[in-house]
Amino acid sequence: MASKELTYVQAVREALWEEMKRDERVIIMGEDVKINVWAATRDLYKDYGDRVINCPLSESGFSGAAIGAAMTGMRPVVEIMYPDFTMYAADSIANQAAKYRYMCGGGEFKVPVVFRIAGSGNSGPSGCHHGQSLEATFIHFPGLKVIFASTPHDAKGLLKAAIREDNPILFYEHKLLYGVKGEVPEGDYVLPIGKADVKREGSDVTIVSYGWTLHKALRAAEQLATEGIEAEVIDLRTLRPLDKECILKSVAKTSKLVTAEEGTKMGGMGAEIAAMVAEEGLDYLDAPIKRVASAEWIIASSNYAGQMGIPQEADIIRAVKELV
Amino acid sequence: MAKAKTGQGKMPKASEPKTKKPKEKIPKETLLKIYRDMVRLRFFDDKLNQLVASGIRITQHSTHGQEATQIAATNALEPSDYLMPYHRGWGWAIGKGMQPRHLLAELMGKATGCCKGKGGVHIADWNLRIMGRPGVQGAHIPIAAGVGLSIKFRQAKDVVLCFFGDGASNEGNIHEGMNLASVWKAPVVFVCENNLYALFTPNVETTSVRDIADRAQGYGMAGVIIDGTDAMAAYQAASEAIRRARSGQGPTLIEAKTYRIHGHTAMDGFHLGGYRAKEEVEEWEKQDPILKLRKRLIAMEYSTAAQLDQIDQKAKEEIEEAEKFAKESPYPTQEEIFKDVYVEDVQYA
Repeated sequence: MASKELTYVQAVREALWEEMKRDERVIIMGEDVKINVWAATRDLYKDYGDRVINCPLSESGFSGAAIGAAMTGMRPVVEIMYPDFTMYAADSIANQAAKYRYMCGGGEFKVPVVFRIAGSGNSGPSGCHHGQSLEATFIHFPGLKVIFASTPHDAKGLLKAAIREDNPILFYEHKLLYGVKGEVPEGDYVLPIGKADVKREGSDVTIVSYGWTLHKALRAAEQLATEGIEAEVIDLRTLRPLDKECILKSVAKTSKLVTAEEGTKMGGMGAEIAAMVAEEGLDYLDAPIKRVASAEWIIASSNYAGQMGIPQEADIIRAVKELV
Repeated sequence: MAKAKTGQGKMPKASEPKTKKPKEKIPKETLLKIYRDMVRLRFFDDKLNQLVASGIRITQHSTHGQEATQIAATNALEPSDYLMPYHRGWGWAIGKGMQPRHLLAELMGKATGCCKGKGGVHIADWNLRIMGRPGVQGAHIPIAAGVGLSIKFRQAKDVVLCFFGDGASNEGNIHEGMNLASVWKAPVVFVCENNLYALFTPNVETTSVRDIADRAQGYGMAGVIIDGTDAMAAYQAASEAIRRARSGQGPTLIEAKTYRIHGHTAMDGFHLGGYRAKEEVEEWEKQDPILKLRKRLIAMEYSTAAQLDQIDQKAKEEIEEAEKFAKESPYPTQEEIFKDVYVEDVQYA
């Protein structure tokens, strides 16, 4: 298939544009979605008019409204500008969207809404109100699916799938990924939700990561390879449901597991993966599991101090070397 | 706060609507239907209290005393209109057409309930367009605004009737949802049933205004106050607001001044002489919405006492039958209990 090079944010925008073209029930809601600080929804209103709705600063309100619209025939894609702001929308997302179908007895109640959690992760002085990685918070809620794509190709295919699903989905986008370039196939394609992707094959250690940290894991793997250590790098892509099979298969091969994420360690993705492997694949392991994650701190809102607690390639390399 | 216990709950301007509109004549059949539904609701409410007292675990927020607004306003809707209910009572369900047997079976967790015994108090019915009774106060106001937005996108002519209480009126979601509904000129009619207490707390201790309807002005929508024990006033106010919403004139906030005769839940042991005076409750009991409507139906010669007695008797029988139905119904299977967390049939093509 022919392909072209796009940045991550261009891939997101293209997915939105194509899905709006494909299905007139798709609408965009969020703060400043006409011009848009991230450029993900920029100028879509020029092609789709009123279907792009600039909402008031009311994360809880417009997230709730999206649920009402979704249940009654629309397919809203909501942008929450930063993960930090999902705390305002948490009731709408976790208490309402996640539960509506079940608590109404199933049947006709469906909530086909996508919450794009834009601008995730820390960069420069973003700090503790604009720079958190809160994706693991929402894996705790049955009824939701949680996606975190790390490449333009995956972002486009997974966002298109998310928009076509009848379930409420959180779609995380790391702010540092927006400028990352990659090959994206021409034409329509979707990627399966719930399937991880082996981004690099190796036999000595398994590194499970996702999002922006996945790129650090890949660079760490290249560095390790120069020292004769071959790491297998798994990109989770979907955090809930978790692709256990892919992780277990790799751990069965390498016997060693490192997880790498930008969220904090306690109750994070690494904790969930480690617990799952301990339950279902303990016999595969011949070393303890290592979790690389953010420090147990408050992200300093400073270009200098803000990077101190965020896991870097060196932290991943160090963790691997403790095992191999 | 002994002072708050008495006096603050007496009838406040309850029968003086802020916006005076020419009263339309309500058809006799409609009024008789409203009477019938109110009586069905009262017997249903009594039955729940009875079942709870007998040891059956049901979450019961009694509607006793608040029958008029819920029943009359829902009777002003078309079948295709949406209802966004709230936690107190079951009048909105009965008024929107739910059979008491399906309602009771659901509250008892039975497979024959409207949510297959999985929703319990979260009463919903897709075909009746009852959009799911929330458990988190105020969470449903933005959802109602969103249903209104969807109606506009689909160029449908439906409206959304959305209830909440005076307690929820202090939630941030009320502010956000009402602003959205107003900005979008969404076809939503908000009804705040102000029964003067949130849980065990009188609203003078918690709420900046005495009339919740005053807050409508802040959202650029009409605020209307009605006597919430007067079914005819409630029907007229709701009909007017529904008409406005349907014709694209945006949302209205109706505040119904009312009172809950029983406590917050069936487990509330403080509502008589605790956080409110016994005399206050007795004063409000004189405003019984069913007796009020009954008197007027007879005075207007729409019905006779004997005919109304017959309606009462039938309603009583229906609720007895509903109890039998619910009690005899099976619980959902284990397979059913763990179904419907997700839509499993996913098609991307």
